[in-house]
Amino acid sequence: MRCVDPGDDFDSWRQAARGLLAEGVPPGEVIWEPRDGGGLFECHEAPREARPVPVVPPVFLELARNVACHADPRRWGLLYRLLWRVAVLGNRGLLEIASDPDVMKARTMEKNVRREIHKMHAFVRFRKTGETEEGRERFVAWFEPEHHIVGVASPFFRKRFANMDWSIFTPKGCAHWIGGEFRLGPGVAADPCGDADALEEIWRTYYRSIFNPARLKLKAMQSEMPKRYWKNLPEAGLIEELSRGSTTRVEGMLAEPAREVRPLPKNAYLESLRKLPESGG
Amino acid sequence: MDLDQKLAILADAAKYDASCASSGAQRRDSRGGKGVGSAGGAGICHSYAPDGRCISLLKILLTNRCLYDCHYCINRRSSNVHRAAFTPEEAIALTLDFYKRNYIEGLFLSSGIVRSADHTMEQVVQVARTLREVHDFRGYIHLKTIPEASPELIEQAARYADRISINLELPSQQSLDRLAPEKNLGRTKQAMGRIRVKLDDAADRRKTGDRKLRHATGQSTQVIVGADASTDADFLARADELYRDYKLRRVYYSAFSPIPEPSAVLPLAAPPLVREHRLYQADWLMRNYGFRTSEILPPEAPNLDLRIDPKLAWALRNRQDFPVDLERAPRERLLRVPGLGVKNVDRLIAIRRHTRIRLQDLARLRISLPKVRPFIITADHHPAREGLDSERLLARLAPKPLQLDLFLDALR
Repeated sequence: MRCVDPGDDFDSWRQAARGLLAEGVPPGEVIWEPRDGGGLFECHEAPREARPVPVVPPVFLELARNVACHADPRRWGLLYRLLWRVAVLGNRGLLEIASDPDVMKARTMEKNVRREIHKMHAFVRFRKTGETEEGRERFVAWFEPEHHIVGVASPFFRKRFANMDWSIFTPKGCAHWIGGEFRLGPGVAADPCGDADALEEIWRTYYRSIFNPARLKLKAMQSEMPKRYWKNLPEAGLIEELSRGSTTRVEGMLAEPAREVRPLPKNAYLESLRKLPESGG
Repeated sequence: MDLDQKLAILADAAKYDASCASSGAQRRDSRGGKGVGSAGGAGICHSYAPDGRCISLLKILLTNRCLYDCHYCINRRSSNVHRAAFTPEEAIALTLDFYKRNYIEGLFLSSGIVRSADHTMEQVVQVARTLREVHDFRGYIHLKTIPEASPELIEQAARYADRISINLELPSQQSLDRLAPEKNLGRTKQAMGRIRVKLDDAADRRKTGDRKLRHATGQSTQVIVGADASTDADFLARADELYRDYKLRRVYYSAFSPIPEPSAVLPLAAPPLVREHRLYQADWLMRNYGFRTSEILPPEAPNLDLRIDPKLAWALRNRQDFPVDLERAPRERLLRVPGLGVKNVDRLIAIRRHTRIRLQDLARLRISLPKVRPFIITADHHPAREGLDSERLLARLAPKPLQLDLFLDALR
């Protein structure tokens, strides 16, 4: 039995997997787990003779890169099993069989990762902390992603906010763009961002006003904006109050007496509209 | 009045516009510029309100003062609501401040009609122009245009925006005459036709090398459902015309919703939201599944069945076309199977090149077996044994009456 711990890094998994593949170690003989786990199995075995590593199709690599960001520790074993089936057992079209249980699991993980990247792009909320002497604005944000996505989600912010300075802090890594230089750093345990931004109150006013109380659909809202994101969204604190008040507001509207249609006012522009030629239709 | 109060009034006044799309723009970002912004991806919903709607854009009116008297509209001149107006500078600052904090994808700007259509349109265009030219803003801009405004102004709007739209509001002139006396269907279509020509021109110029050309990439519109007696067939026929002849990107269907200050001309209650939902489903079938309007709504039934989705309703009327063999049928027949979406159809086509298809495979793709079983053949399933006619199938597949009430979501 082999024990391998690639951490959370795709490249170290890839290197380990290539080594195992070259030695012809089947998936059933590898345990992918953190070193400090104190595993049940004896983890030493003399290396076997190395063979050339088969070429892996690019679609597999793309899938593997995404799955590697998933927080589930079982992802490494799943990826190695898929790799074995594609590269050693010669099942080149395997990834096209979406209903295969291994492929399905991997695709589901990939989907979760992509969704989390998308949610990070959506739900990061910057707070302004000041400006440099040259007038470059500085912003910070705190976000708590479920998967290891800070690196892959960052290019979006670099492109969109290339002319501001910003830092995004998360427990799973931090991204900094300062003075046109990008840096990834280790995660931090707690939100270091400090006071709220004055604009948050105005953003809450917007959220309150754009809501239509006549169409309350809390389930639809929650399926797209699950509760676990709420604590870092300045507007989420309003959800309960808005939902609670909605029925009363709508009943009020329906109970209001209907307003009579008033006569046309004297207005030159409206007069001119009436004189516009009818254009068939 | 301070900015916060103005925003409360002018966002409240804008919320009856359903569109929040921020996708389909020309790809670009802030690198190499001096401002912020990027666009051209899939579009991002930065938040969701408790009404389940996505918040992607800062959706505001420049002012809710209005000369028009459209009865369904909270901002009509005879309504007694609080009025406010942003200066162009205020609207610009708000957009940039929200954008830099990653609250929004961009701006959706509309306005009540003050003084004249041209005057109003000029103000709206000024906001977009300043965002683009002074602040080098590269985020998304959607401008609502006024069909009565001069073509030159609408053309300018298209140059600064990614999406422009004109609301049709109601599917026929008769309905407009009663509910929106200042609006004219012919004028609206004429303006849409002119916009289409400009959009086509711009797309051609981009194809032939003018890659950097700044121009909107599409137009859309909105209709109000349930404010009068217009049928679903009226809406879908009009939508079909707009998709074909004017190449609209989207038609939005907005269930008439009770407003403060209701006009005496309006119906007393809101239509069930499920009607709006069924219209979107039917619209989707027209655009992505190759259905004709006449297939979705036969002449004898001009309204969609609220109990079941329009694809299932079509399949039940056309039992003779089923079952469909998932291992052999061409793509366009697979797309007609109730319960199979475009994505799963394409997956099945890939899978069947390698292996046989069984019910278990469908379950793994999260396809609802009770829904598809009566309509398909797989390696291990043939529905002949179930021998169900349309009547009994409907009874089995339609939601139970009690659930129906809950689902209808009706206000009254």
